[in-house]
Amino acid sequence: MDDLLLEFLTETNEHLETVDVEMVRFEQDPNNEAILSNIFRLVHTIKGTCGFLGLPRLEALAHAAETLMGKFRDGMPVTTPAVSLILSTLDRIKEILGELERQGAEPEGSDGDLIKMLDQMASQEPPAPEAAPAATPAPASGTTVYQVLERELKPGEVSLDELERAFQEAPGPDKAVTAGTLTYQVLERPLKPGEVSLDELERAFREAPGPAPLVIEKTAEKVSGEKQVAPAATPGVSKKNGESPEAGEGGEGIAGKVQTIRVNVDTLEHLMTMVSELVLTRNQLLEIARRSSEDHGYKVPLQRLSQVTAELQDGVMKTRMQPIGNAWQKLPRVVRDLSNELSKKIELVMQGADTELDRQVLEVIKDPLTHMVRNSADHGIESPADRKAAGKPEKGTIRLNAYHEGGSITIEIADDGKGLNFAAIRKKAAERGISSDAELERMSDAQVAKFIFHPGFSTAAKVTSVSGRGVGMDVVKTNIELIGGTVDIRSEQGRGTTFTIKIPLTLAIVAALIVSSKDQRFAIPQVAVSELVRVSPTSEHSIERINGTPILRLRDRLLPIVPLSKVMGLSGNEDANHGFVVVTQVAHQRFGILVDGVFHTEEIVVKPMSSKLRHIQLFSGNTILGDGAVVLIIDPNGLARMVGSESDRNEFQSDANLEQAAVAADEMTSLLVFRGGSESLKAVPLSLVTRLEEIEASTIEWSSGRPVVQYRGRLMPLVSCDEELAIKREGMQSLLVFSDGDVSMGLAVAEIVDIVEDKLDIELLAERSDLVGSAVVRGRTTEIVNVAHYLPMVLETWSRKERKGGPERSLLLVDSSTFFRDMLVPVLKASGYRVQTASTAQEAVRLLSNGLHVDVVVTDLELSGHSGFALVASLRADPHHSTTPVIGLTVKPDPQQIALARKLQISEIVSKIDRRGLLSALAELNGTLEEAA
Amino acid sequence: MKLIDSNPSGNVKTASKQMEFVTVTVAGQLLGLPISRVHDVFVVSEMTTVPLAPGEIAGLLNLRGRVVTAVSLRRRLGLGDTAEAGRRMAVGLENQGEAYGLLVDEVGEVLKLDPDEMQPNPVHMDRGWVGLSQGVHQLRDQLLIVLDVDAVLAFETEREAA
Repeated sequence: MDDLLLEFLTETNEHLETVDVEMVRFEQDPNNEAILSNIFRLVHTIKGTCGFLGLPRLEALAHAAETLMGKFRDGMPVTTPAVSLILSTLDRIKEILGELERQGAEPEGSDGDLIKMLDQMASQEPPAPEAAPAATPAPASGTTVYQVLERELKPGEVSLDELERAFQEAPGPDKAVTAGTLTYQVLERPLKPGEVSLDELERAFREAPGPAPLVIEKTAEKVSGEKQVAPAATPGVSKKNGESPEAGEGGEGIAGKVQTIRVNVDTLEHLMTMVSELVLTRNQLLEIARRSSEDHGYKVPLQRLSQVTAELQDGVMKTRMQPIGNAWQKLPRVVRDLSNELSKKIELVMQGADTELDRQVLEVIKDPLTHMVRNSADHGIESPADRKAAGKPEKGTIRLNAYHEGGSITIEIADDGKGLNFAAIRKKAAERGISSDAELERMSDAQVAKFIFHPGFSTAAKVTSVSGRGVGMDVVKTNIELIGGTVDIRSEQGRGTTFTIKIPLTLAIVAALIVSSKDQRFAIPQVAVSELVRVSPTSEHSIERINGTPILRLRDRLLPIVPLSKVMGLSGNEDANHGFVVVTQVAHQRFGILVDGVFHTEEIVVKPMSSKLRHIQLFSGNTILGDGAVVLIIDPNGLARMVGSESDRNEFQSDANLEQAAVAADEMTSLLVFRGGSESLKAVPLSLVTRLEEIEASTIEWSSGRPVVQYRGRLMPLVSCDEELAIKREGMQSLLVFSDGDVSMGLAVAEIVDIVEDKLDIELLAERSDLVGSAVVRGRTTEIVNVAHYLPMVLETWSRKERKGGPERSLLLVDSSTFFRDMLVPVLKASGYRVQTASTAQEAVRLLSNGLHVDVVVTDLELSGHSGFALVASLRADPHHSTTPVIGLTVKPDPQQIALARKLQISEIVSKIDRRGLLSALAELNGTLEEAA
Repeated sequence: MKLIDSNPSGNVKTASKQMEFVTVTVAGQLLGLPISRVHDVFVVSEMTTVPLAPGEIAGLLNLRGRVVTAVSLRRRLGLGDTAEAGRRMAVGLENQGEAYGLLVDEVGEVLKLDPDEMQPNPVHMDRGWVGLSQGVHQLRDQLLIVLDVDAVLAFETEREAA
């Protein structure tokens, strides 16, 4: 292919991209002459070049499109079908160009269909003669009219042209209005026929029907979003034309283009490499200068050289930077097409389009971004009817926002749609066997949301042409993680979904922490490092071992430790206790890398790994440090994988709560394996364990026959993990400490065996409340301990209530929070109640009216949707339940509630978080019930 | 290394038919690399070993700001590492856009040899060597094995992949 053609292709493709964007803008702002003339000019250029190069198909297409656009310029109303037609013509042109690039010649085929439609469209409506003056090729008149408007348009107001047309089209009173043409005075020249004064226009416009205000408002916001000018919307054109009235084509510089030249990327890459080398050489020279105390007169020039080098490096880095807007360029078109296709009203707001990042990074995130925006439009934004019903504006908004944050860039893609359907995701996850129902039930919404990143996961009822095929989000995640980025989801039912992508600014130069292990230096990318902890056996932080597996206690959490020397195979010596722990966060996984030394952070130039070494997932690349040494860059993602853990796990999440203990069945779980009184192994998810302790048995105090130990200034009750195991009276006693808020409990075990990583496939056991079930862990049958079984045993101790072996009482627990129900049910069961639960007042009423007999009702007074008081009132109205005792739960009791409660004979109001209070209230009730019996 | 007679048979060949080889020695064996493939010859100073790397890879080198993968010819030929801690020489090669340094014991001079006089590998030569050798040249006082550079650099890397 000759150079000329090649250049034509690159240039035309760029033009087309611009035309795409401009066309969408034009549709929203049909009177923006500058946009139109810009599009017109671009298409004209394409046409001209095609003719020159002898490309008849392209020429014919471009010509037909140009004709139609010419009509627009002459005042033909801009309609959606017309714009769609032009856009599809552009698509056809792109197709042909693609072929041309591949084969070097125009493909066979005819575009008669499109050309015919274009011609039809063009000949359909003759230009309205009235509109001509405003859009006349002589820009002077149009400009002068603009100048009249010396203030910014308010939302809802429209540009002059629009007004004019609206005026022309407006029925009724305009005759009288046009009569009052004396207000011409405002203009400094006589109005031409057909023109009117501003005030009149505005009035006429208000009286005229039509969709104009909506359209304009959209444009105004869009312009502000795109260009990041002052929030007050200024349709850029009127101002621009005002400033340079003689610039007929002045409007073309819409994006404020600076003069540029095209440079081959290879040239830039080479330049970058050379500069990197220059930096390294400079560093070496500086090193030598530091070492020798003598100054042979070269130190000053060296300083200068150093400065120039730094500036040069900055400059070259800048050439690699591109505004993220380049990756967004296609999005307005995508959103426009989607909103037509899906009959939704969607507005795309883009902020921070000029945020710059490395072109390499840009390339990688381009497609994921497009995909996510498509997703938001398809799944996120509801149909206008649904939105109206939900009390939201008909038009949905997708907001793109990019900004710098530290050494990385954050990109947010937010929609104000319906949010993720957690119920559907749960259902789908269960259907696909990713996780069991019980586990899903216990998962938080945030955890559930992550399922959408599973390959092939889609909850879309039907596959649309847009999305729902279940490919995508996993690819998005993979792509982003590939460049060391992360994705997060935040979603609120009915309020929308926000994806937050965090990516490094550049792949070429990253800040890295230089560490050493066994006399060899390595670089760890700074983004992954959350903190550094110095460890030694004597200091506050020391590495402990469970059957050889090192862990570190860090702020009451157990942090798994990976000795770098061990994963590298540098030493078999596993009992390293000195050094530094680099606390690393990869996605939601936290672990510590144990290294021997930490030097400093350095901006390193990342060089790719040799193809012979690329299979080692531990390293992401290598670099040359200032002193000339080659150093390997550790890939925290790879390291996380190597230590045998899947990135989806949540156990090591620093903020993991007890509720988040549930892990999907096909994911790996860290289990703490221990032994109780019997031979069988027991295990508990490591994430539940707050600390491991070994205490001197003599420190255990026995208060009224129950073991307690002073722990962190509080008395902590101890429970033996099974009946066969007696808590030691002498020697050392191993404890697993479980904490839930203020309450801690020590579970006494005979021996801590190991921490293992395994898929947890539990067989549930119904008959034992102390066990969740059994599972095969590392080939051995292991009992999985139910921690919830022990907590109430301890709580009971505190309530100083010996439970009588009386008849079981039944209890109805009404609370809308799954978490609360899950938390209270074991406690209540352990106190001897048969527990029935309901999540809403309606459900409770239904249960009760179906003949459910309960001794006590425990209800949240602040039930969502329906007040708990209403529930009690309806109970009282029912003769069967008019005397059933009720305990009310509330977050914060207030006098009004207490008065109301008394009226409704609610026995007691207990704070929601006060479980002991609830138990003692129940116990009291129990007493009265027994007396009554 | 002493001079090696480049015209063992005594026949004077036209220069156009001759090929030039950079000679290297590994464990006393003379080997030749086509000069067209050799970028440079350099002394290895500091080398970074790569944990978990295949055995053939000795480490990474900084050659004038470029990271070069050092491949040990000894290990590639199935020989043990040299005990000597003297200066290590390397031949800079390029393969598929990547820079390699082939670690050798010694680098000799450049020989002009006639490709027509190359003999096929002896049938009983070590299997590992046969794969890397294109043939044998008979010099006056020793044999020179012509290395197949692509074969030398084409070794399995996935073997140790985790």
